Amino acid sequence: MASTTVKPVEVIRSSRHGGVASAVGIALVAIALTLPYWAPEADRSAWMREFVEMACYFIFAMMWNLMAGYGGMVSIGQQAFFGCGGYAMLILGNFAGINPFVAVPLAAAAAAVIALPISFVAFRLRGGYFAIGTWVIADTFRIVVANLSAVGGGSGTSLTALRGISKATREQTTFWMAVAAVVATVLLVHLFLRSRRGLALLAIRDSEVAAESQGIDVRGTKLAVYLVAAFGCGLAGALYFVGNLRISPDAAFSVNWTAFAIFMVVIGGLGRIEGPIVGVLIFWVLDRAFSSYGTGYLIGLGLLAIVGTIHFKQGLWGWAQARLGATLFTTQRTLRLETDPARR
Amino acid sequence: MTEIALQGVLLGSVYCLFALGQSLIFGVMRLTNTAQGDFIVLATFAGVAGMSLLASIGQAGALAPLVVTLLLMPVAFASGYALQRHVLNGTLGRDPLPSLVVTFGLSIVIQNLLLELFSADPRSIDTAGMNIESLALPGGLAVGVLPLIVFVVAVLATASLQWLFSSTRLGRAFRAVSDDPEIAELMGLDARKLYACATGIAFVLIALAGVLQGMRTTVSPADGPLLLLYAFEAVIIGGMGSFWGTFAGALLLGVTQQIGFRLDPGWGIGLGHLVFLAVLVVRPQGLFPKTRG
Repeated sequence: MASTTVKPVEVIRSSRHGGVASAVGIALVAIALTLPYWAPEADRSAWMREFVEMACYFIFAMMWNLMAGYGGMVSIGQQAFFGCGGYAMLILGNFAGINPFVAVPLAAAAAAVIALPISFVAFRLRGGYFAIGTWVIADTFRIVVANLSAVGGGSGTSLTALRGISKATREQTTFWMAVAAVVATVLLVHLFLRSRRGLALLAIRDSEVAAESQGIDVRGTKLAVYLVAAFGCGLAGALYFVGNLRISPDAAFSVNWTAFAIFMVVIGGLGRIEGPIVGVLIFWVLDRAFSSYGTGYLIGLGLLAIVGTIHFKQGLWGWAQARLGATLFTTQRTLRLETDPARR
Repeated sequence: MTEIALQGVLLGSVYCLFALGQSLIFGVMRLTNTAQGDFIVLATFAGVAGMSLLASIGQAGALAPLVVTLLLMPVAFASGYALQRHVLNGTLGRDPLPSLVVTFGLSIVIQNLLLELFSADPRSIDTAGMNIESLALPGGLAVGVLPLIVFVVAVLATASLQWLFSSTRLGRAFRAVSDDPEIAELMGLDARKLYACATGIAFVLIALAGVLQGMRTTVSPADGPLLLLYAFEAVIIGGMGSFWGTFAGALLLGVTQQIGFRLDPGWGIGLGHLVFLAVLVVRPQGLFPKTRG
């Protein structure tokens, strides 16, 4: 009988492409941060606005990806926290006299706090019913806010707290905050997924029952993801309306936020950090090229999402990864046996 | 008070028709159709188009909506069957995400297609004055003829579905694939055809709901999501897996909204949402649960 020796194994947690990706990432951030200094005077303001808008879409999509792609929670109601972030920022700025830029992170925290009691209701539902249940919750938020006359009711109100600040300062500060928020979102999600909690989350995604039997706190982990996602969506909302200066319940709690996030994540690749990044770039290009077609453009986005879901389940990045073997953000752990030099 | 209850019940019977298709599809194949409301709106616009087609050949009259409905029902069944067979069956599985994304995508496509074809203007189906006729009831109450018809249709639809499920071969097959599709297939059933059949039947209900909705009020292309939320709330309040439960949930939702509208016009829909959320917290299995498996 052959003796069974345990072969030494090595856990690989980085990829060849990871280093290149970091270098490119740092370079891109440097280019972005200095944009106000090198962009042509005529385009500067428009470019910064566009970046802020896409940054909000991106952060929102990252959060949706975290919930659906890792947490197994498909929500159509994340706009609830986007709107909460926007309105919390406005209330802190207009009524509490807090600088709206300082209010942005506070508003994100407020959205996470609101999400805690909401989770007790939302977590009563699972699967497809969770999706529509969260949508009902978001619509309830819309109706409640539309009935609050202090924030302008159904027609909305303006962010008057920024009145004394010059347009250039306002736009630059919003822009830099957006860059910082994007970088922080990518880094934090990446680090979270590499942590023990992140590993637990991946286990839950693959099988809730098996994860629970291994001693993973399924409910606690899902709740943590839900709260983090609410924070991120609140951050996106606060940032968006600091840039926009005007808020209304129909805009803040619009299901379109989630619709576009679903599009970006599904096209880019669900359950991978690269997914929303690729998704937002594609969305940006499509938006620039075709958004003037209105209904036809939206029909196209809807059809792309349908075809993508049925025929390209892994999204564009998953498709590329299968062919090139490239992973920019290594969140998986690959086991390599000492005696198996082929796997490198 | 009696009047609010009566109006609420009549409103609720509309919601019952919205919800039955949703309840059926989820019951048989655990598929959440997020385009339910948009399919209803699509049916209304098909009705509008059918009416103008009849008018163009000089056949407009009091019976025209009935003719359109009867013509629309087989078309709806065929569309539902084909949609399930060729698109939605491919999205079924343990993971709810593909079916959610595909139906959500369909919802956006339908909304914008209707917007493109019919503009954003609200439309309705001409009933030759029937929508304002009413019957006098004892006690000084009056009930509209059309709402009464909707109520009767809702009761008949619920009863037929319940009968179909409990007393027919097809219903038994539906229950079998719902409980365990693999075992059912071993017993010689074709789950994919049965799914297609169930969606076909759901689409017949959707067609009925759409035409009646177009007759009683105006409908615009963006209405779908709200109708979906009503349908969903009725299903959950009533308890999944029981058609009479859905009926009761829909009536309760209708009465709640009616009370809300009476208290404050801005709060009618909101009160419905709040009661739905309260049911979720207090009794997540719904009021009349009969979930199989």
